[in-house]
Amino acid sequence: MHSFGYRANALLTFAVTILAFICAIASFSDNFSNQTPSAQIQILNINWFQKQPHGNDEVSLTLNITADLQSLFTWNTKQVFAFVAAEYKTSQNSLNQVSLWDAIIGEKEHAKFWIQISNKYRFIDQGHNLRGKDFNLTLHWHVMPKTGKMFADKIVMSGYRLPDAYR
Amino acid sequence: MGWIGETVDSIKSIKIRQLLTQAITLGMIVTSALIIWKTLMCVTGTESPVVVVLSESMEPGFQRGDVLFLHMTKEPIRAGEIVVFNVDGRDIPIVHRAIKVHERQNTGHVDVLTKGDNNDVDDIGLYADGQFWLHRQHIMGRAIGFLPYVGWMTIIMSEKPIVKYILIGALGLLVITSKD
Repeated sequence: MHSFGYRANALLTFAVTILAFICAIASFSDNFSNQTPSAQIQILNINWFQKQPHGNDEVSLTLNITADLQSLFTWNTKQVFAFVAAEYKTSQNSLNQVSLWDAIIGEKEHAKFWIQISNKYRFIDQGHNLRGKDFNLTLHWHVMPKTGKMFADKIVMSGYRLPDAYR
Repeated sequence: MGWIGETVDSIKSIKIRQLLTQAITLGMIVTSALIIWKTLMCVTGTESPVVVVLSESMEPGFQRGDVLFLHMTKEPIRAGEIVVFNVDGRDIPIVHRAIKVHERQNTGHVDVLTKGDNNDVDDIGLYADGQFWLHRQHIMGRAIGFLPYVGWMTIIMSEKPIVKYILIGALGLLVITSKD
């Protein structure tokens, strides 16, 4: 009962249990953080808007994104993955979500930012339904913790509209 | 040398009833591990509730050796979710993020395009020839939780099988030579 083997086994089991418990508590503590993120997106310019040879509409935009995601960072946060998606409905699809831009925010200081870029990923429809289309721009964020449960949320900004004709 | 002598003596002195008891105990341990695993599969709704991250395509968020907990519900996949999927014909699951989602009216069928955070291009090159979208049947689950570093044992055991054999051999020896 008191050999080295038994003692090492007991110690190891205890250490692993305590470690698992601490990881669970760290993850649980994320539920108590007060989160007030804010964001604004402006479409500065529609660069071009074409129907591609394969029959699908494609549009290129320049966006101006301002966001303050600092309140999402807790002591258990490893990084925040933020992305902007265009969301719209067509007669064929009840929901389309197309990611236009994303960023990995590793530190709290970088979470308050202003950026002006054209879309990182191509905004292509399934079909040619984009003329005159009303759509939402949604800023999503996914928080990746140091350990435990990941959580995600979003801010929906509506009122954007694509031009009625190709250009 | 004394230890080897003791081990040989203890192997010689094993009685049949004790051997059978030990075999049953071992069987119980293995079976209860299996029960826990199958229950987890039922609760989380996926075939593999826990996966180990094998590549660097999701860095810096997920490093090689991290363990992901998966869950699968009837809810359709939405953009931004981290999904684990199998490509037809390949058996290594891939953990990437959904960046484009198109859901059909009425049928609820969903087309998903994925991309690793650390990759420059989306995953079309990884899908089967002629496949441009992932569908529900390819996706094993959504990642909902994560533990760092715990998966290294699995990676070491699969990349250097000798470690696996040494471990099983040592465990077997321990079971045989322990007196209770």
